[in-house]
Amino acid sequence: MTYLESLNSGLRELMEEMPQVIVFGEDLLDPYGGAFKVTRGLQRDFPQRVLTTPISEAALTGIANGMALRGLRPVLEIMFGDFLSLCMDQILNHGAKFRTMYNNTVTVPVTIRTPVGGGRGYGPTHSQCIEKLFMGIPEIRIVAPSLFCDAGRVLRHAVLDDKFVLFLEHKLLYSLDLLSAAAGLGVETVKDELGYPTALVRNYDSGYPDVTLITYGGMTRFVVSVLQRMAEEEIKVLACIPTLIKPLPFDLLRSAADRSGRVVVAEEGGLHWGWGAEIAARMQESLFGRLRAAVRRVGAVDIVIPAARTLERAVLPADTDIENAIFEVLK
Amino acid sequence: MLTDDLLWMLYRRMFQIRYVEESFLRLYDRGLIFGTVHTCIGQEVSAVAVAQALDADKDIVWSNHRGHGHYLAFTGDLKGLVSELLGKASGVCAGIGGSQHLHSGNFYSNGILGGTVPCAVGCAYAEKYKGSGGIVAVYFGDGALAEGIVYESFNIASLWELPVLFVLEDNGIAQSTPKQYEHAGEFAARGESFGIQTTRMHTGDVLTVYGASCSIVDEIRRVSRPQLLVLNTHRFAPHSKGDDTRDPKEILALRSRDPIGLHREQLRACDEERLDRLEHEVVHQIDACVAAAIVDDGLEPDQFLANSDSR
Repeated sequence: MTYLESLNSGLRELMEEMPQVIVFGEDLLDPYGGAFKVTRGLQRDFPQRVLTTPISEAALTGIANGMALRGLRPVLEIMFGDFLSLCMDQILNHGAKFRTMYNNTVTVPVTIRTPVGGGRGYGPTHSQCIEKLFMGIPEIRIVAPSLFCDAGRVLRHAVLDDKFVLFLEHKLLYSLDLLSAAAGLGVETVKDELGYPTALVRNYDSGYPDVTLITYGGMTRFVVSVLQRMAEEEIKVLACIPTLIKPLPFDLLRSAADRSGRVVVAEEGGLHWGWGAEIAARMQESLFGRLRAAVRRVGAVDIVIPAARTLERAVLPADTDIENAIFEVLK
Repeated sequence: MLTDDLLWMLYRRMFQIRYVEESFLRLYDRGLIFGTVHTCIGQEVSAVAVAQALDADKDIVWSNHRGHGHYLAFTGDLKGLVSELLGKASGVCAGIGGSQHLHSGNFYSNGILGGTVPCAVGCAYAEKYKGSGGIVAVYFGDGALAEGIVYESFNIASLWELPVLFVLEDNGIAQSTPKQYEHAGEFAARGESFGIQTTRMHTGDVLTVYGASCSIVDEIRRVSRPQLLVLNTHRFAPHSKGDDTRDPKEILALRSRDPIGLHREQLRACDEERLDRLEHEVVHQIDACVAAAIVDDGLEPDQFLANSDSR
């Protein structure tokens, strides 16, 4: 089953089971079925509960907030993750605030689904991973399913979560098959305290890893090839892949890091001020003295993502960047 | 309700709001209110007339930074409001929200101008979807009308035929900036251009505004379409505290046409003793409420910080 098929069937199951689930966003009318087709067939089968909308991301986010306050579980599709900037105020100053500022008398179970990331030549405003702009917002959750989990099940968990959830789907994963097992690799899934899965993928059978790779979302498309190549080099790598990326299931990350003492954090967003920076800081706070090398970060060059293929490749992180970082922490 | 009783009841509500707001200004001067306070002194008619037309059991109100009057008129929760302003655990949001961030039952407010409008539209969607029969009234001022999200919300509320009453309290001034520096065009045309039926009226007489609000609310409930009610009103007090740069003569002139004052004269002519009794009761109730709230405890910081999801 592909990542996209999993999401589509996860949404369908939710709609069949829960009348409170309302799906809305731009261009959701069938037969078009959304820009990336994640909702295809749903509007046809649930015409009252799948709404195609005007191009008004800010108001749509506010409408989701209002629906959620009154007992619904809205699932809002934002066509490109880049457009989340238009939703910012309704997330930061409304959806994320209501529960605590109203003294825990309400919940705001909104899920915003959105395709993120580059690699398709869409250029500066349709290729970004801007989630780091939202990671500093207290009380929201950011969830990014990888290839190593059942994306549809994770979406279900997000929709049933009583907190405001940003749900990030990487465009390049949609057509790929989910990976419950891959040649020569061990895949184990554990649930974090909030019930979201974290995958632990390894290229060795026994003993301790040499390096722990922490990554999420779209970057997981590189995990199989990187781990296989490292196996050829006789480097044992444990990849720790959370789906809940904010707040961090840090106990799981720390124990995975502690097994090797060498950590590489890889994300597709700009290298600086990001997820990797937070993880590196917390690793040194909790594992200082046990780390055997400085934490290395992998991310995009902090610059506009250009449209031309060769230029885009020069900006976005790839498998070779992860491999080089692994060699670096082993020096 | 008989018109006579209604007049007394509406006056009681307006007078209560006026006296509470004046009390807040005095408490602020005494250093007992931390932060800021935006009073609706002069604008009580819109709060009372619209709230009175709603059904508090099923309808919903969204309010803004100047929402104490809206809150009192719709919920009647004097103690919760006073304690909230004083930062006490007994406040409606335990002192976490403060003046601009109130929620109780079907009442919600937030301090981001215009940002409440789509939330109100989303609530209206939910109530229509659930078939509750409730409608949503959302108050915003002429200042907020410059926010783009308001127009996105007008469009969707009309397109999706949602039961929303947009209440534009046009006091002609956005914080310190007169309307002519903020807006081009006509306010009523804003709603009409989205197919939203619009009513414009002055707030000189509460009974007239109440009557119009009842008709509008009934119509929204019956046909499930949004409407816009533009209420011309006047703010006598500063935006918040001590930040009024208007000519005092201008404010005096506004106060000479105070809708509460005019209403009061009418009642005084009718039954002076009853009026005195009413005012005495309201003042006593509020003073007692304030005195009690002042000695209440605040929420324990540890109890509040337990909400954090820092992990």
